[in-house]
Amino acid sequence: MVCVSAASPVEVEPTLTPDEITFLAKPWVTLVWDDPVNLMSYVSYVFQKYFGYDKPKAEKLMLEVHTEGKSVVSTGTREEMERDVQAMHEYGLWATMEKAS
Amino acid sequence: MSGFERHRRSGRVIATFTGFEADLLRSLASQMVELLRNERAEPSAPTGDAFDAMMAEFSGATTIPEDPVLARLFPTAYPGDEESAADFRRFTEGGLRDGKASAAGAIIDTLEDAGLPPELTQDGLVIDVELTHAEAETWMRAFTDIRLALATRLGVEAGDEDYWHSLPDDDPRAQAHDIYEWVGYLQETVVEALTAG
Repeated sequence: MVCVSAASPVEVEPTLTPDEITFLAKPWVTLVWDDPVNLMSYVSYVFQKYFGYDKPKAEKLMLEVHTEGKSVVSTGTREEMERDVQAMHEYGLWATMEKAS
Repeated sequence: MSGFERHRRSGRVIATFTGFEADLLRSLASQMVELLRNERAEPSAPTGDAFDAMMAEFSGATTIPEDPVLARLFPTAYPGDEESAADFRRFTEGGLRDGKASAAGAIIDTLEDAGLPPELTQDGLVIDVELTHAEAETWMRAFTDIRLALATRLGVEAGDEDYWHSLPDDDPRAQAHDIYEWVGYLQETVVEALTAG
């Protein structure tokens, strides 16, 4: 049960701009797939360099690719994911994109 | 054989190659440029629609390249969605090809600027390479493409090192695999040099 008091109007946080108010789930993901060629150190380097992830996060994702066969490396709009996939291909990583499940 | 290291004072990423090694690297990079430029991105098969046919003249490839190396370098972005995959390829493959060809070209230019002659005739030649951080990253990407190309041609799979090492030394595939491992070693040392300090 939800109790809403009609007497206390809710104010919208005035410092937020429309761009920051997001109610849509980010519906797309970029996946990087394991391959027998790319070096672990290189993959970790690319994740840090391109996504700006810190070393522990980059290594966690890299190890996930290595052991699970794939990893979700970024989430965002379709356009953002197209940019990310293109960048991964530039680095020679095997990347695809799909709607987040 | 030595790899790359970071020069302590200048911060440059440096390596010293024998003439043979530099010549081999140039040959690999040249093959990469040729492969990327040769099989141009082909427009998709005609649909019979005159407008589509006309547009295809002006746009990039929409289907996966036939050459398995190119198919690996430019994978399908949208598995299971042919239309989106074709659009993505049309808008990205040309630029990606140019970027990869120019990265391989940078290796050739740097080696030649460092004194590698057009034809290697002289014994005892030493080629010193000194790269900025950005240049080293370009080499690192080109090494990836070269390794992907060699691995695809050889059929390298995970955990198959024993197989390659069991081949007789004079087997050309064993020799190609040695080169693949050497480029991997060079790449590893570039990554180390870029993350050092």
